[in-house]
Amino acid sequence: MESILHKEYTVVQDDYVNAGKVSSDIKSTLAEIGISPKVIRKIAVASYESEINLIIHAWGGKVFMDVNDDGSVALVFKDPGPGIPDLEKALTPGWSTASEKARGMGFGAGMGLPNIQRVSDEFNIESSPAGTTLSLLFRSPV
Amino acid sequence: MTIKELIEKTGWKLATPTLDTSAEIVGAYCGDLLSWVMGNGEPQQAWITVQVHANVIAVALLREFSCIIVADGANVTEEFAAKAAAEELVVLESGLPVFESAKKLVELGI
Ligand SMILES: Nc1ncnc2c1ncn2[C@@H]1O[C@H](COP(=O)(O)OP(=O)(O)OP(=O)(O)O)[C@@H](O)[C@H]1O
Ligand SMILES: [Mg+2]
Repeated sequence: MESILHKEYTVVQDDYVNAGKVSSDIKSTLAEIGISPKVIRKIAVASYESEINLIIHAWGGKVFMDVNDDGSVALVFKDPGPGIPDLEKALTPGWSTASEKARGMGFGAGMGLPNIQRVSDEFNIESSPAGTTLSLLFRSPV
Repeated sequence: MTIKELIEKTGWKLATPTLDTSAEIVGAYCGDLLSWVMGNGEPQQAWITVQVHANVIAVALLREFSCIIVADGANVTEEFAAKAAAEELVVLESGLPVFESAKKLVELGI
């Protein structure tokens, strides 16, 4: 499996105004190269939830997208901290530490990570106080 | 039913008058918690919400809703309407509570 298209983005902590820009660029890039709408819809859900988590929970972070020669799409969301102390809790639907400010805008239902897990074909999350890395893979139907 | 027909039948206010309203509405989703909307919404639905800020526009576009219907008289600012128009997201204001707005859609066969 080889990457045929690579893109990188930076997401800034607390930048609610630009929230969604990265996901929107990922979506239009994948549409341009002919990834199926069904797969793109799943990726849009996962990338938006992950992007928002970098903004509201982490100190910002980086997003890496690779489209592979077999049509699969890999997304990696990497942040420098503060990390997730209890991953099992974080993956539980309804569990959230979102701030009052974030909740006021409709975030904080504790459904982001469960949504990401549901729509992705491969889901891997690693976390320590030095940061969280979320790696996702979406396969294209043959 | 198209957005245009919905406006004709309800008299709901179109907050983005510069946009094309010929898109079909296929069903609707009600909700204000963005991750629920992200997880359960479907393309071409009308999204009924009381949330009015930039992230609603992002969610609606990523989820490919045909329009959003702002309920309960939540305040659609000029800034919000302008941003929605720039991003080509049709915004309606029902002036009715969420339940009444949804009921109206059901009555009209959406
Ligand atoms: N990148 C991250 N860095 C630190 N903590 C995180 C990160 N992503 C998630 N978390 C933690 O995991 C919890 C659950 O995340 P999840 O996305 O499922 O829900 P949420 O963001 O709180 O609410 P929602 O996504 O429904 O708006 C968060 O409340 C937060 O405590
Ligand atoms: Mg989240």
